[in-house]
Amino acid sequence: MLSLNELWFILVAVLFIGFFFLEGFDFGVGMSTRFLAKNDTERRILINSIGPFWDANEVWLLTAGGAMFAAFPNWYATLFSGFYIPLVFLLLALIGRGVAFEFRGKVDNTRWKKVWDAAIFLGSVLPPFLLGVVFACLIQGLPIDAQMQLHAGFFDVVNLYTVVGGLTMVMLCLLHGLMFTTLRTTGQLQERARRLARRLLLPVAGLFMVFGVMTYMVTDIIEKKGMLVSLLLILAMVAFLIGGYFMSVKRDGWAFGMTGAVIVLLVTSVFAGLFPRVMISSINSAFDLTIYNAASGPYSLKIMTIVAVTLLPFVLGYQIWSYFVFHKRVNEKEHLEY
Amino acid sequence: MDPVMLARIQFASTTIFHFIFVPLSIGLAFLIAIMETMYVVKGQEVYKKMAKFWGKLFLINFAVGVVTGILQEFQFGMNWSDYSRFVGDVFGAPLAIEALLAFFLESTFIGLWIFGWDRLSKKVHLLSIWLVSLGTVMSAFWILAANSFMQRPVGYVINNGRAEMNDFFALITNGQLLVEFPHTIFGALATGAFLVTGVSAYKLMRKQDVTFFKKSFHIAVVVGLISSILVAVFGHQQAQYLVQTQPMKMAAAEGLWETSDDPAPWTVIAAIDPEKQQNAMEVKVPYLLSFLSYSKFSGEVVGMKELQAQYEQEYGPGDYIPPVRTTFWSFRIMVASGTIMILLGLYGTWLALRRKLEQAGKWFMGLMLYSISLPFIANTTGWIMTEIGRQPWTVFGLITTENSISPNVSAGSILFSLITFTAIYAVLAVVMAYLFVKVIKKGPYAEETGDQHVSDPFAKEEDYNAVS
Repeated sequence: MLSLNELWFILVAVLFIGFFFLEGFDFGVGMSTRFLAKNDTERRILINSIGPFWDANEVWLLTAGGAMFAAFPNWYATLFSGFYIPLVFLLLALIGRGVAFEFRGKVDNTRWKKVWDAAIFLGSVLPPFLLGVVFACLIQGLPIDAQMQLHAGFFDVVNLYTVVGGLTMVMLCLLHGLMFTTLRTTGQLQERARRLARRLLLPVAGLFMVFGVMTYMVTDIIEKKGMLVSLLLILAMVAFLIGGYFMSVKRDGWAFGMTGAVIVLLVTSVFAGLFPRVMISSINSAFDLTIYNAASGPYSLKIMTIVAVTLLPFVLGYQIWSYFVFHKRVNEKEHLEY
Repeated sequence: MDPVMLARIQFASTTIFHFIFVPLSIGLAFLIAIMETMYVVKGQEVYKKMAKFWGKLFLINFAVGVVTGILQEFQFGMNWSDYSRFVGDVFGAPLAIEALLAFFLESTFIGLWIFGWDRLSKKVHLLSIWLVSLGTVMSAFWILAANSFMQRPVGYVINNGRAEMNDFFALITNGQLLVEFPHTIFGALATGAFLVTGVSAYKLMRKQDVTFFKKSFHIAVVVGLISSILVAVFGHQQAQYLVQTQPMKMAAAEGLWETSDDPAPWTVIAAIDPEKQQNAMEVKVPYLLSFLSYSKFSGEVVGMKELQAQYEQEYGPGDYIPPVRTTFWSFRIMVASGTIMILLGLYGTWLALRRKLEQAGKWFMGLMLYSISLPFIANTTGWIMTEIGRQPWTVFGLITTENSISPNVSAGSILFSLITFTAIYAVLAVVMAYLFVKVIKKGPYAEETGDQHVSDPFAKEEDYNAVS
């Protein structure tokens, strides 16, 4: 039987995994507005293709943060105060991007649109990069002291491994976003998205391999969770290959599923590698934050479990329904809201 | 600079900014839901136009509210990590529930509402905006449940050096919450209503789209009046509750250094001297403070000096008197704004009911335009009073503000975030004001970019270029 601490670790992980799977593609679409769209109409088609979804996708991150706060206050406190500056940039990026979708189409002026296009691009590249860096830091270990305080220096956060982690996340989101575009657009735009995705496939696979290999070199995951993490990473590679096959035979839906699976498996491997720790101390393993010393009391966890188990089915239900409502492809012949 | 001060400035400025948009979102979502309901029930196009026009303002506002809200959730961990460690067990739960219950609902159904005009049936589309409205209200409930715990901690036990929840039900039936929630919600409805009446008055003065804005005014002024009155009713309840649970805040809001006479007079204005702990000048109305505190014309109210002595015994040495001037004046500004709102609402409703809106004097319509600011002023000063008046505590009686900050975050880091957030918020404020004015000037019937349904297929090619 799962303990509540284990259950909440899984729930927080599921929320982050859901976030990367869902917001992953709208980050990717946001990035691709820069180079995939040839003109303003195409750019608007791309933005409108994620229009009904991006906000709800972002709520997965907010809920993950809220769940972390409620179930593991020490994890939340150490992580958020420890990554102060990266989170400032993350917030700036998310703020700029969120309003850009709404503001962009409100004024018919080229310069106005350029400003918000830049906000959409930066706001779509920076968050997956920064979060990739943060997650890489989590498994790499950080200088956490006996009082659970994280005093991270610049190179604790920014080093070769974490940067590769950030870039991998960005590229995976881009690939995932391109596959989403093939599903929600038609004609030239769709074809261009397919072609670009196919071209990116090898480089991204390479980057992913480098990240995987480095994970074995710089983290203690091989000794702690070697089997499980290896299995997940191998599965991710398999999903990658299958995804490539589906792309080449233009089975876009399946290919989208596979790019999503790669993201899901990668993020899962991070959480699997951590468990039962939530933050690794590079000073002394006795200072690790775990699902026990970082957690809320049993009463609080029980209440939260009841609430989450009751609500999650509804949330998933209406979110899936909203994707069903907007399953039709977006093209220039119809009304574009943004 | 002192990191505590910097973190406080950042919290105050980002929260005040965030709370410009939140009540407007709550209020407008509700009004738009009413308008769309009338469209579905009566079938008149004008109500659909109303939902769409006010919806445009709502969406601009909602976007800013959402993004500034992300920062709020992160800020507890970033700047107030020791606070988060201490109360997370209790305080985190309502925040998580808010996300799960309200944010998902709002964000999903706002997407369905914006993009669903042609894809959903009328009724399902109407349901979407009602669910958005419900989401905004539930969001308020849970965040206020968290805030109420800070004002009056309940349902917890101190364990392992932190507050741990032991009674969830007590947390959500906190007496503070039961007065704070309706007070805030009706304030929010009034905020939306006064925006609609103000903008409508401006348009009516200029004789633009008269039918449209008259109907808008009628709906909003009634909502505005009812909400303003209910804000006052629950405000009165809250004041009485305050006397019981946070007497220091009440005493500071009254500039009451010494315990009052019985019956207690209400101080209208005073020249407060916090150094000497006395007021140089006071204008008083007899009996009124007794009435405000106990709903009867007798009873004394305990002063700050006596409470300070009490708290020193209870919590050890320290200064337990909040910034008195700020608490005193923010309370008065709030009450004054609320009072004017009720009077304007009364006159406006009277005009609307007698169908005399056209004959209303320019002075009144002009006043309504400027009165858009009143609920914002009242909301802001109300929160300043609530939060400043609770100082030096973050959670009353449990943890002080000084002990709440992140020990591992330097003053330089906070200064950096303070400057960047202030800068981006300033940009947002300017852009938003610009867009509001633009949408309002354009009016509900102007051709909009990107909203061109062309029936002639041959006109389309040109249209694509026009769209860009």
